[in-house]
Amino acid sequence: MLTANPTGYVGSRIKRREDPRLVTGNGNFTDDLTPVGTVYLHMLRSPYAHAKIGSINTAAAKAMPGVLAVFTGEDLKKDLAGPIPGVPYGTVQTVPAYYPIATDKVRFVGNIVAAVVAETRGQARDAAEAIEVQYDVLPVVLDMEKAVKDGSPLLHDEIANNICTEIELGNDVTEAFNTAEVTVEHRFVNQRLVPNALENRVALAEFHQGDESVTLTVTSQNPHILRTLLSGEIGIAEHKIRVVAPDVGGGFGSKIATYAEEVIACIASRKVKKPVKWTETRSESFVATIHGRDNIDYIRMSATKDGKITGLDITAYANMGAYMSLLGPTVPVLCGVIVPGPYAIPNVHFKAICVYTNTTPTDAYRGAGRPEATYMLERTMNMMAEKLGMDPMELRRKNFIQPDQFPYFNIVALNYDSGNYEAAMDKALEIFGYNEMRKTQEEARKNGKYIGIGQSTYVEVCGLGPGSGMTISRGYDCAVVRAELTGKVTVFTGVAPHGQGQETTFAQIVADEFNVPIEDVTIKHGDTEMTPYGMGTYGSRGTAVGGGALMLAIGSVKDKAKKIAAFQMEANEEDIVFEGGKFSVKGASGGKSISFQEVCLKAYIDPKMAPVIEPGLEATRYFEPGNFVYPFGTHLAAVEVDAETGNVKILKYVCVDDCGKQLNPMIVEGQIHGGLTQGIAQALYEEAVYDDNGQLVSGTLMDYALPTAAELPHYTLDHTVTPTTVNPLGVKGIGEAGTIASTPVIVNAVVDALKPLGVKDIQMPLRPEKVWKIIHNGASANGSAGADASVVEQHFGEDNK
Amino acid sequence: MKKTVKLTVNGTTYERDVEPRTLLVHFLRDNLGLTGTHIGCDTSQCGACTVLVNGQSLKSCTAFAVQMQGAEITTIEGLAKEGELHPIQQGFWEMHGLQCGYCTPGMIMQSVQLLDRNANPSEEEIRHGIEGNLCRCTGYQNIVKSIQWAAQHKNQGATEVPEADAPQVDPKPISPVP
Ligand code: FES
Ligand code: FES
Repeated sequence: MLTANPTGYVGSRIKRREDPRLVTGNGNFTDDLTPVGTVYLHMLRSPYAHAKIGSINTAAAKAMPGVLAVFTGEDLKKDLAGPIPGVPYGTVQTVPAYYPIATDKVRFVGNIVAAVVAETRGQARDAAEAIEVQYDVLPVVLDMEKAVKDGSPLLHDEIANNICTEIELGNDVTEAFNTAEVTVEHRFVNQRLVPNALENRVALAEFHQGDESVTLTVTSQNPHILRTLLSGEIGIAEHKIRVVAPDVGGGFGSKIATYAEEVIACIASRKVKKPVKWTETRSESFVATIHGRDNIDYIRMSATKDGKITGLDITAYANMGAYMSLLGPTVPVLCGVIVPGPYAIPNVHFKAICVYTNTTPTDAYRGAGRPEATYMLERTMNMMAEKLGMDPMELRRKNFIQPDQFPYFNIVALNYDSGNYEAAMDKALEIFGYNEMRKTQEEARKNGKYIGIGQSTYVEVCGLGPGSGMTISRGYDCAVVRAELTGKVTVFTGVAPHGQGQETTFAQIVADEFNVPIEDVTIKHGDTEMTPYGMGTYGSRGTAVGGGALMLAIGSVKDKAKKIAAFQMEANEEDIVFEGGKFSVKGASGGKSISFQEVCLKAYIDPKMAPVIEPGLEATRYFEPGNFVYPFGTHLAAVEVDAETGNVKILKYVCVDDCGKQLNPMIVEGQIHGGLTQGIAQALYEEAVYDDNGQLVSGTLMDYALPTAAELPHYTLDHTVTPTTVNPLGVKGIGEAGTIASTPVIVNAVVDALKPLGVKDIQMPLRPEKVWKIIHNGASANGSAGADASVVEQHFGEDNK
Repeated sequence: MKKTVKLTVNGTTYERDVEPRTLLVHFLRDNLGLTGTHIGCDTSQCGACTVLVNGQSLKSCTAFAVQMQGAEITTIEGLAKEGELHPIQQGFWEMHGLQCGYCTPGMIMQSVQLLDRNANPSEEEIRHGIEGNLCRCTGYQNIVKSIQWAAQHKNQGATEVPEADAPQVDPKPISPVP
């Protein structure tokens, strides 16, 4: 539990301690580092989505100026201990070998076929162009629903029907649908997205001849996990690998997985005996770094006539891309487990079919599975409300899990920790002015204007994760708290912030707990040689889990400090209280006390303590929560669709989120702003488009629409506070909530705006040209999210009629 | 076949031999070690590489170093004077205008030009003025506020900085949790 302290840092808008270096150009990003003697690595990538590799001729490249080494798949295999790992889940029989450099076949545009090391970037690039590769082009598999049919070309000979895995969760819903009074069913496409952290990936490998160890400085969200996996890939033992993640320029999930280029850089450095640096270009990143989403979701929902939801049934096709990336099959699991959302639904069935296609591998992208779940659920809620003739908010209110039902088991897998969904909703409705907005909408309609209101009431699951119950590994994080001799405090954390601001929030906690000025605290992270085994930063876990470890370590340091104080004041340890930065004896008059700083000094130098108390004042603790955490909230938006241009303008966006206790509201808001923007951008702008040959058409920032400041609205934020007992801080994660909630809000709003035209759904992204066509050619142009109703009917068969 | 270029960066004059194909951004980072200027793309969309050339903002990935003969360049490293942050740098710090900080140097340099041209811009003008700079983390809202903060502090009497969106959380501890 947090201590009340006059320093009062926790809960305040403390300016970030990361910022002075970052606003002055003194950040330390991987590409900023160039050790003496650094040489450069460049990848030759496949221009084909699916082809057999015939011959590769590297002779000309090897003879070019400055070239130190050229690797083909076969060359690299000799130095390789294992392929790039993916974590299987569900019915997986085999994980196809994903070699850093392709050996037999290329399976997506961007698959590496050769790598060149040269003295300069330019030389490496020039030489790569001189490599001749002969390809025998094969038929391309892109459409998931076709890929699984018998007779479809196979990506991996050993994988039947291109099915990576099937995952099934929940209970039997047959009865619920057989007896349903009302049902709705639909097919949603959750399009493919490109994470686009602003810093591309970079790997700098330094092999040390002396002790045959390697240091990899890299853009990673989880240096320790990467070190373990890298060891399995390059065959150097874990204790001889150091992974450093310095300042990292955003990740959003794309810097979790282990990648080919890191492996090649390490092996190349060992071979050429020099530091080897690889810097991804943006266009390269579009094909080489994981993509996100790309699901086709068949969903049906049953309800009673008065609006009680009785069943939910989902089949999700999840595109894995060409190989199994680290968390490929985990993403649909994260979708399935939360798919009932904040509603008490007694019957829920979820099935995911994970499919290999000739595309860039997919993995976790901000929200990972939870945006997919929330999107289809919140869109379907509105379709159900429409069918029942209810206001969408009323339908939600009717089905919320009630505050006294927590902890609540959601039928699929999870025990929600705490929540008060209606409170957040009421607050949002009030701030938004929901009823007035309905009137404005009515007026606007009379004047031929298209104004719509969109909503989403979400719950998400984050703070990965519990010690048990996760599919891959136990989930925890660690912290070392070291009170230094001079009374300063150094903390080493196992989480790896890259924008989330834990250098500040963790320092706030430490400063309050020890009652020291925040200037006396330093938070260190991102170096496997410096911190114990940490799991890193993803899944909104940094503060919920890493902060828990910090609290435990602080507690242990306090315990020892009390022992020292007791010795110094010749009192009983149990009688020592720590308050206002001073240790004193309970009940003793005379005001004898000793400061935290004095205790630190004594801990290291007092010879009188020698036989009694071990020197030093530090603790290493791990925190392994008993559950995930479940942030929630209500988001509302009003949009206006311009009939002339098809452009969607967001008039108002209000969100009320509940992430439990807020350590630094300014940072919480920043996380929400960024999250909202990525979710809204999925609804309106972003889409990775492949042509029939498997070429990524939207493969640069010229073709892939990242939102700019000019398109976005000013968001109105508020919150409720429902603490959790899952961790010592009472916090829930907030990094992904905005993204999870916001996508359906916008689509619901646009569909609502175009309701007078009979529009029931529009497939994302809602680009002006698409919206314009619907307005001018009628709703049929929209084609029910990319497939007509008969396809959906066929999918669910006759049993729900 | 290297060419000689002489230019001034952050007040220091340099004379260097460079390959003609060297982009200004690579010259700044690799030859002068000024790594505060970042690279976020290869199609001139992101603005992470923005610097000031003779007082005008320029995406430094769109010019060759050899084109900069005689130019006066300011990079993010040259913005703070005598240990004092430039008001825009200060504004970004005050208003949480950055998260990962990767877009920040370019965003700040662009904002310098924005406020040079328009000392008291509206929110819309600010949003339009930084349109050529991408940020993937902040959703731009706090960047807008940072620039408003700077405008107010550079130029007394400018529009009020908007209040923070959420009321400050009660600093009292939450009810005990195990
Ligand atoms: S690096 Fe210059 S605009 Fe992106
Ligand atoms: S702060 Fe990360 S890209 Fe702007």
